[in-house]
Amino acid sequence: MRQDRRGTSRPALRFYVHVPYCAARCGYCDFNTYVPGEQGRGSRSQWRDAAVAEVAAARAALPVDPRPVASVFVGGGTPTLLPAADLGAVVARIAEEFGLTADAEVTVEANPENITPRLLDDLLTAGVNRLSIGMQSADPAVLAVLDRRHQRDGAVRAARLAALAGFDRVSLDLIYGTPGETDASWRDTVRTAIDTGVTHVSAYALKVEPGTALARQVAAGHVAPPDDDEAASRYEAADDMLTAAGLPWYEISNWAVPGHECRHNVGYWSGDDWWGVGPGAHSHLAGVRWWNVRHPTRWTAAVSGGEDPREGQEVLDADQRRTEQVMLGVRLAAGFDPDVLVGPGRRRTVAALARRGLLEPAGEREWRLTRRGRLLADAVTVELLQPVRSAATG
Amino acid sequence: MTTTPGSTDQSLIRNFCIIAHIDHGKSTLADRMLQATDLVSDREMRAQYLDRMDIERERGITIKSQAVRLPYRAVDGRTYVLNLIDTPGHVDFTYEVSRSLAACEGAVLLVDAAQGIEAQTLANLYLALENDLQIIPVLNKIDLPAAQPDKYAAELAHIIGCSPDDVLRVSAKTGAGVAELLEQIVADIPPPTGDPDAPARALIFDSVYDTYRGVVTYVRMVDGSLDHRQRIEMMSTGATHEALEVGVISPEPVPGDALAAGEVGYLITGVKDVRQSRVGDTVTTAAAGAAEALGGYQDPKPMVYSGLFPIDGSDYPVLRDALDKLKLNDAALVYEPETSTALGFGFRCGFLGLLHLEIVRERLEREFGLDLISTAPSVVYRVGMEDGTEHVVTNPSEFPDGKIAEVNEPIVRATVIAPSDYVGAIMELCQSRRGTLLGMDYLSSDRVELRYTLPLAEIVFDFFDALKSRTRGYASLDYEPAGEQVADLVKVDILLHGDAVDAFSAIVHRDRAYSYGVAMAGKLKELIPRQQFEVPIQAAIGSRVIARENIRAIRKDVLAKCYGGDISRKRKLLEKQKEGKKRMKMVGSVEVPQEAFIAALSTESDR
Ligand SMILES: Nc1nc2c(ncn2[C@@H]2O[C@H](COP(=O)(O)OP(=O)(O)OP(=O)(O)O)[C@@H](O)[C@H]2O)c(=O)[nH]1
Ligand SMILES: C[S@@+](CC[C@H](N)C(=O)[O-])C[C@H]1O[C@@H](n2cnc3c(N)ncnc32)[C@H](O)[C@@H]1O
Ligand code: SF4
Ligand SMILES: [Mg+2]
Repeated sequence: MRQDRRGTSRPALRFYVHVPYCAARCGYCDFNTYVPGEQGRGSRSQWRDAAVAEVAAARAALPVDPRPVASVFVGGGTPTLLPAADLGAVVARIAEEFGLTADAEVTVEANPENITPRLLDDLLTAGVNRLSIGMQSADPAVLAVLDRRHQRDGAVRAARLAALAGFDRVSLDLIYGTPGETDASWRDTVRTAIDTGVTHVSAYALKVEPGTALARQVAAGHVAPPDDDEAASRYEAADDMLTAAGLPWYEISNWAVPGHECRHNVGYWSGDDWWGVGPGAHSHLAGVRWWNVRHPTRWTAAVSGGEDPREGQEVLDADQRRTEQVMLGVRLAAGFDPDVLVGPGRRRTVAALARRGLLEPAGEREWRLTRRGRLLADAVTVELLQPVRSAATG
Repeated sequence: MTTTPGSTDQSLIRNFCIIAHIDHGKSTLADRMLQATDLVSDREMRAQYLDRMDIERERGITIKSQAVRLPYRAVDGRTYVLNLIDTPGHVDFTYEVSRSLAACEGAVLLVDAAQGIEAQTLANLYLALENDLQIIPVLNKIDLPAAQPDKYAAELAHIIGCSPDDVLRVSAKTGAGVAELLEQIVADIPPPTGDPDAPARALIFDSVYDTYRGVVTYVRMVDGSLDHRQRIEMMSTGATHEALEVGVISPEPVPGDALAAGEVGYLITGVKDVRQSRVGDTVTTAAAGAAEALGGYQDPKPMVYSGLFPIDGSDYPVLRDALDKLKLNDAALVYEPETSTALGFGFRCGFLGLLHLEIVRERLEREFGLDLISTAPSVVYRVGMEDGTEHVVTNPSEFPDGKIAEVNEPIVRATVIAPSDYVGAIMELCQSRRGTLLGMDYLSSDRVELRYTLPLAEIVFDFFDALKSRTRGYASLDYEPAGEQVADLVKVDILLHGDAVDAFSAIVHRDRAYSYGVAMAGKLKELIPRQQFEVPIQAAIGSRVIARENIRAIRKDVLAKCYGGDISRKRKLLEKQKEGKKRMKMVGSVEVPQEAFIAALSTESDR
């Protein structure tokens, strides 16, 4: 993919499919998802038809695009609330319209409590070959603060079942820094995840999003706000343990057995093209970003009426493209090429960041973040984008 | 006999000002006079009509003196011309009062009948007496249930040396007694006695820059007259101009043919250069002008200095121009360029007090659209070195290193008036501020006047607030410069990551150095965001560190959350961070947000 970007061939084409339903809303979550009884939710059967229709519309919009699709990622929300056949219908339509590459990665996000041997079989039948399971934590106290509907064993059991069913690419999502978590309980969470034998782990620092139940609890003083220093320690602990277990980092929040990286997500960070299907889904095609209306009912109405479901779009100018390239590229262990930076001071900026222990060489031309640099990635990015100034002061 | 501007018979003119302690009702009394003389109709009336600036109306205080000409038909059947000047009451603007007094023959001394004599009542009374003005003592606010007119009439009579029966009683709110007061003014205040036939001499007592008309100059004609279209001369510079417009304020500008001896009015020459029209200068005619200028004013000496810096460095020329314009009608404002390593280019400005500083700063911001940082105010120190050289220090960061023989600090003579119950509390406060008691007098059985010598630096900042809180708001304070004294003063530097930050240095008494250092270091620790490295904050006297705080290094600055494909959102967050970085000032290797400077330098909780 990286060669593609620099070479003459076009970047890969991917699909993201958004399922906007959950059984209940977790207290920390601000994703575009709807629980029973919520306004604008629409019906699940309409969702399938509309999603299929949007795939057809994508083809109509790209009538001569020769690229087969390199990955499909079905996320949410909780895709596993829907019958596997519904998800399969969308994947099938993508394959029908565009074709899939021989090694296409097809991921579905799954919540532990929905996972049964039957569902797993159905997903395999539908062409799904990768599962991303929302484990979040093994600490019952943390799962309670997060409002999760599964217990410690739920995710472990789900990962085992997935392996038994024949999924060789399974990922677990973890959240660290939740109030109530301790260094010991976090280590136990990571250990538990590793012991399931999965080949991929994502670990995210808990962020208190405005408007969520968690934000209200923090504001009211019922829950302590997450502490950045603690989060940094947890990150380091996870990084140590995962690396030792044979899952080195490949992106700031992602670790995998080499070869088991999530190619779809790497595509986001590498400037690939993708079409986002579903309410609120984001898309990117050759420097244009757009996003759909958020409400499932509005999205369904638009798509089934043959209208464009986009709510907004932006055409990136050179400066914005450069910002994104730096911002995204810097997150990858593969590193970034300083030549994407502009200004006469760029080499000195990189050297200054290296001297301060934030960057290290990653190849002949590439540089990547050190572990300390990963924890300060946003500050490093801002500095990289202001080459002259940081060269003068660094 | 006529009362047309330019040909008013001097015997019909009464020039007076209203003086009082702050808030005793001067501007409100002026309102009633504007109405009683039918100059402003009830419909056009608004409270404190003469407080014309937005900032005056918002704060409910007078900052600038205002002159207004009132035609008044007295009971004797004759029409008089009353030139009234409403003055400010706050101690910072005493200079404004003294300039107004020089344009008058009499003064109405107003005292709130519920408060009695206060510190600025005395200060302004003494000023009026020094100017040989006829004083008319008046009690105001007699409508208030809490008014004690008999008690305070006795106090006033005692101070002035008249009979309590001579003290008039009015309510500027209801208008009661105002008619009698106007009669008293006509009867008691002497008419002007200039020579109408002598060469023209007019004293400039105010000057204002107007965007449309250029410089508007306010004058009191002493001798002779100035005509419309006549060529006039500024006696200090010899510069001549044409009087494009002459007139009187009644209550808005009314152009006329001339200004004659005894009158108060304005003139416009079309000149835009504000320095051409200096307050205190004498105006005469270019042809056959006067030989000798009138006694001008002594420019007031600034009491406190502070650096003013534009937040946006490119606004520096705008700031310079704005200061030039404000200076025109604010003789007390002085300034010279200053460079700060932390704040860039700005001006070191001298002010009469903190209210003055605040008002100037606010006027600069609102009238000229500037965004400013002001550094911690400082008084002026004189530092003698062992080698015999001397430094005048208005900026703490310029406090000399090396062998210091002695440091002199300015002192003031302060007057505090309060109910006698609070004498103990006041003495304790003054003692803690290194004060020396000069004397104490009873104004009446339960009210005292205390006189102290105090270091200016001890009272100019928060002394008044401390005084008010210890006396439940009953004490009033006035002070005037009273020379210098030698004191044990040191400079406390604040070091960020080893580099001294000039804007944070302060000169304090040795006994207070520690608490200042601890407070400032603590405040900065809260205000400066964590950096990628640990940042020690130290307070030091010379090389001796007296207080220390640490800002721990930031360990995590990354959005480690799954945003899926919403990359626009992430980019926008980053662009915001990038913008935020522009509002940072680099102090050595430490990034300090503008807001931190502003908050750290705000005066409230400094000492
Ligand atoms: N009850 C009552 N209130 C009055 C009277 N005269 C003035 N006030 C009130 O006292 C307050 C101060 O009045 P001003 O006229 O602004 O006082 P000032 O002396 O001009 O104040 P400075 O110019 O700031 O020194 C206002 O709230 C007036 O409404 C009065 O005769 N009776
Ligand atoms: C699209 S969400 C997955 C949705 C899926 N329904 C689930 O909850 O497992 C992807 C991951 O983002 C992470 N995440 C969601 N909200 C977060 C927050 N406020 N702070 C940190 N991580 C969060 C969780 O680890 C979640 O599994
Ligand atoms: S299950 Fe996942 S998407 Fe649904 S509310 Fe919880 S965190 Fe959000
Ligand atoms: Mg007033």
